[in-house]
Amino acid sequence: MVRRRLAAAGALVAAAALVLSGCANQSGSGPAQTSAAPAPAQPNNAVLPAGDGQGRCAPGTSIAYVGTLAGQNAALGQAIANATELAVNQHNQANQGCQVTLVKADSGGTPDTAVGPTQAVINNQAVLGIVGLPFSGESKAVGPALNAAGLVNITPSATNPGLTANGWTNFFRGLGNDAVQGPAAAKWMQGKFNPQSICVIKDDSDYGIGLAQAVTQALGPQVAACQGDVKTNQKEFSATVGQVQQANPQAIFYAGYYTEASPLIQQLRDAGVQTPFVAPDGVKDEQFVVNAAGSANGSFLTCPCVPQEGFTAFTQAYQQAYNTPPQTYSAEAYDAATILLQGIDKGANSRPALLNFVKSYNGQGLTKKFQWQPNGELTDTPVYVYRVDGDKIVTDSPITG
Amino acid sequence: MTATTETERAPSSSGGRFGELSRWWNARSRPQQWGLLVPVAAIIYLLPVLNPPIITTEPATSFPIALFNAAVFALIAIGLNVVIGQAGLLDLGYVGFFAIGAYSAAVLSSPDSELGVRFPWLVIVPIAMVITMISGVILGTPTLRLRGDYLAIVTLGFGEIVRLLADNIDPLRGNRGFQDIARPGGTYPDGSPIFTQNDAQGFYWLAVTIVIIVLFLMGNLERSRVGRAWIAVREDEDAAELTGVPTYKFKIWAFAIGAAVGGLSGTLFAAQVGFVNNQRFDVTTSILYLAAVVLGGQGNKVGVVVGAFLVSYIPDRFQFEPEYRFLVFGLALIILMIFRPQGILGMRQHLLTYGRQAYQKLFGAGTGVAPTSLTPSSRPAGEPAEAVPDDRSGSRPQGGGE
Amino acid sequence: MRPPPRGLDDEAPRSPGRVTTSAAGAPRESVIHTLTAVTDLVAQGSGPWINFDVGLFLDRFWANTINGLSYGSIYALVALGYTLVYGVLQLINFAHSEIFVIGVFGVYFTFLALGFQPGQTPNVPLAGIIANLVLAGAVGMILAGVAAVILERVAYRPLRKRNAPRLAFLITAIGASFVIQQVFRITRGSNPEGTIRLLPPEPLFRIFGAPVTNLQLIIIVAALALFVVADSFVNRTRLGRGVRAVAQDPATATLMGVNRERVIMITFLLGGLLAGAAALFYLMTIPQGAVFNGGFLLGIKAFAAAVLGGIGNLRGALLGGLILGIAENYGQSLFGGDWRDVVAFVLLVGVLMFRPTGILGESLGKARV
Repeated sequence: MVRRRLAAAGALVAAAALVLSGCANQSGSGPAQTSAAPAPAQPNNAVLPAGDGQGRCAPGTSIAYVGTLAGQNAALGQAIANATELAVNQHNQANQGCQVTLVKADSGGTPDTAVGPTQAVINNQAVLGIVGLPFSGESKAVGPALNAAGLVNITPSATNPGLTANGWTNFFRGLGNDAVQGPAAAKWMQGKFNPQSICVIKDDSDYGIGLAQAVTQALGPQVAACQGDVKTNQKEFSATVGQVQQANPQAIFYAGYYTEASPLIQQLRDAGVQTPFVAPDGVKDEQFVVNAAGSANGSFLTCPCVPQEGFTAFTQAYQQAYNTPPQTYSAEAYDAATILLQGIDKGANSRPALLNFVKSYNGQGLTKKFQWQPNGELTDTPVYVYRVDGDKIVTDSPITG
Repeated sequence: MTATTETERAPSSSGGRFGELSRWWNARSRPQQWGLLVPVAAIIYLLPVLNPPIITTEPATSFPIALFNAAVFALIAIGLNVVIGQAGLLDLGYVGFFAIGAYSAAVLSSPDSELGVRFPWLVIVPIAMVITMISGVILGTPTLRLRGDYLAIVTLGFGEIVRLLADNIDPLRGNRGFQDIARPGGTYPDGSPIFTQNDAQGFYWLAVTIVIIVLFLMGNLERSRVGRAWIAVREDEDAAELTGVPTYKFKIWAFAIGAAVGGLSGTLFAAQVGFVNNQRFDVTTSILYLAAVVLGGQGNKVGVVVGAFLVSYIPDRFQFEPEYRFLVFGLALIILMIFRPQGILGMRQHLLTYGRQAYQKLFGAGTGVAPTSLTPSSRPAGEPAEAVPDDRSGSRPQGGGE
Repeated sequence: MRPPPRGLDDEAPRSPGRVTTSAAGAPRESVIHTLTAVTDLVAQGSGPWINFDVGLFLDRFWANTINGLSYGSIYALVALGYTLVYGVLQLINFAHSEIFVIGVFGVYFTFLALGFQPGQTPNVPLAGIIANLVLAGAVGMILAGVAAVILERVAYRPLRKRNAPRLAFLITAIGASFVIQQVFRITRGSNPEGTIRLLPPEPLFRIFGAPVTNLQLIIIVAALALFVVADSFVNRTRLGRGVRAVAQDPATATLMGVNRERVIMITFLLGGLLAGAAALFYLMTIPQGAVFNGGFLLGIKAFAAAVLGGIGNLRGALLGGLILGIAENYGQSLFGGDWRDVVAFVLLVGVLMFRPTGILGESLGKARV
């Protein structure tokens, strides 16, 4: 009875609302196109997965993506897996003589669940190299096993500085770590805002904690006296907003990922806090801009990655294949996969050979120049500042060391 | 009945007829039971070596590690079964004890710990068990006066608080975690270490051995005065109190012993992974432990081992299809529960020390298991009207027969 | 202000065991004592990982109160669903949080169908916005209501037919919860849906200096109105009498001609409808909320709220939701944002120590007639 009555009421309301506003909504929508700044071209010497098309390798040769595919934080893992897959597909299309298989293993994103699938990949002798693992926690957990197996792995997103301090010879980081980005971001904020006080807000991830620590250290305890904490998956930030309102800083630095950054900045702006918002590469994502629904406009994003506006070919191919624009770390994963595929094309047909190839690799990728120090950190990691302009992320300036 | 461990595992997959099997099993003499058990145990020990097709989780995920995880899960389920199945206390925060065990191992041995000590694993285990036991008593003392679902939510809150504290308190390192946690020592004859991260075989054997030992101890405990008191509390707390059972004390005992087993499993887990951070200790995990116990048949320690195996194994088995594995798992939970609401093996009721002989005298040689409809009153006696009033009033007093 | 990595040796013996001490042992005292006890223990020497910011607490007191009331209203509406089902079946409907998520997606898809695009705040006259919101809310409510009824059919009824033990219901609920979450994840991906916000918050007036926004006002008033409707449905209508009768004594109620199955269906439907309404308010407050696992924490909090107020008691659910919402907000100003959930759970444990059946006591059946 209730249901019938309610359904009837619902239908009535529906009809009324459609008449009232349906048309208005239709006409009022459609993304407003702001003209993006002229994009710098993709580095023209960038190595692409297709290579020279002359690659030769044994049938069955594989590389693997190990990382989260389902469960928490799966979005980030999916973006990395997709970019890796895209690289492999492009490579296979161009190199008829070398068909590389991509093995995907779901690590679940947590240390305990990562061990089993990683071990399975290690046991699979056809796998010569790994793109992954995305998170620092799971990387710490499986690092010893991968090192013992001598299986090269390039992480496109794990930024904990400690990962390269374990003496693992097979671990390479495809981006700058927190110890690179944190001080650079702090330096840039000091120059830009000449701040008396900056609120450093961090999430509870390894990434957020490490980065906030680096930024706070570089700013000094006086400037970064205002410290806020949020939790992964938190959606309601009234306490943090209140804290910022009370501290009234010259800038806010948020160390975390875009999932929390969007509602945070929206709630800050809704509460009338117009303080400049600075965030790291974990936030530099189209999703951040879209989900903040206009509030993100004017935010600054630091990133140890070269401007991506020029990657039109990659962006388009990714969009076409997965019906979504590439996300944070997609390009890094694409580069990492490219390097492994290059090695295979160039005749590295065993794990030690590929490991040696990566060790001595020196080449331009989409995101940066790739050459590693013996400990697995990149030799040169430029940090850039980006800016949200309307609904686009545009390049602001490089941070010069 | 300790020794019934593994025999019933194999037929559990074939469905149905558990009652007859159980009856047949109980009709065997002890030596006969042992004669059957030894080869079964041997097969279980050899599983990672045999790596049987179809059952194996490879190539998607390492089979020895999947087995090890299942064995740890089984240990957890045995511990939780003391709390839920034996004493009838609904605990949704059991993961808290597992976490405390794992963190004890981490804090006492990881170089990341601010204590700066590195105890060997064998030293850590008793310390961790004592710590978890104490925390069980501390949690139990104020909360065990609550009944039924209130206890459930309070324990759930406790589990969350443990996880959140691990997150918020700096020395516990939150998401950053502790690396390089101590492993048990020991080498194979050729000098290579038995217990390493990449070869879970040694850990699996260790875990299975611990599971068997704990099963023995639990079996003895069940037949002791403590076990009888638990069952009395579970069946009717008020009546137990009236007949002179100090219910509160025994409930705390159940909590403490359950917690100690949880802590033991935590140290085992921490040693194998070698890394502990605040992930994995969430409510969902806690609820999965509960699922293992209920699925297997609460109150039946062999049942919960089977349940734990399934809950741990199903997602691993479908690892090759990561997109859909949790969907499959969710469906499997619903279907299994609808077809075996009392759990795969159902509850056994060892109300008497010499249960088997008593059952035989009462019901003839063939009987030995609890009726299917007999429910583990996690609902304590004092609560208002039964949800399903017409279902179980008649079946409670009986002791056997499915 | 982070502590140096070393030099905390005096803190060192605080192994996890001690931590538990603070969490579980303290709640013997009053609620406030509990909180201070935990703080004292954890924050010795102006502890580095926990604040005790009385200034911020006082400064934000009224803003937190208003905000807590608004967020607490959402808890309360979801908690009503837990409480109704518990009252009638003595069953913790663990899948209720997923019913809420279905409501959230229902609201979101309605927005999409009405032509709104993610990313912008649309330019539609107020009347139009209200009509759109009401429509989306209605769709969300109907979807969540129907989903709740289907859930009952698929996951619970077969068990009832087989006289399953009570915990079995818990497990199918968990299974159903997995299935619903995964269906959303597989079909919609694991990113939150793009933000669609129809009504940006505007301060309307101030209470003790704290602004009250249009959103907060709408949510609090609408939630109270819905509560009154639900309460009078249960307490004043014929069907509601049936619900109370079954809650009190299912066997006798059946003998008296109450159709038990129908009452159960109505209970689930009502809980679902309220969750759908909560979904609308949630999405209005947090437009980024449409994501497959978005209901999990909120569901646990709402369940805690229901227990806090006295599970099985409609008014208890409302009270519990509001108190939890406010207390959380106070707590996170006082201790820092990351202590919010701890405060919520410690409050729950503390209250149950003194009122073991919640603030208002349990029982839907015995609810005032």
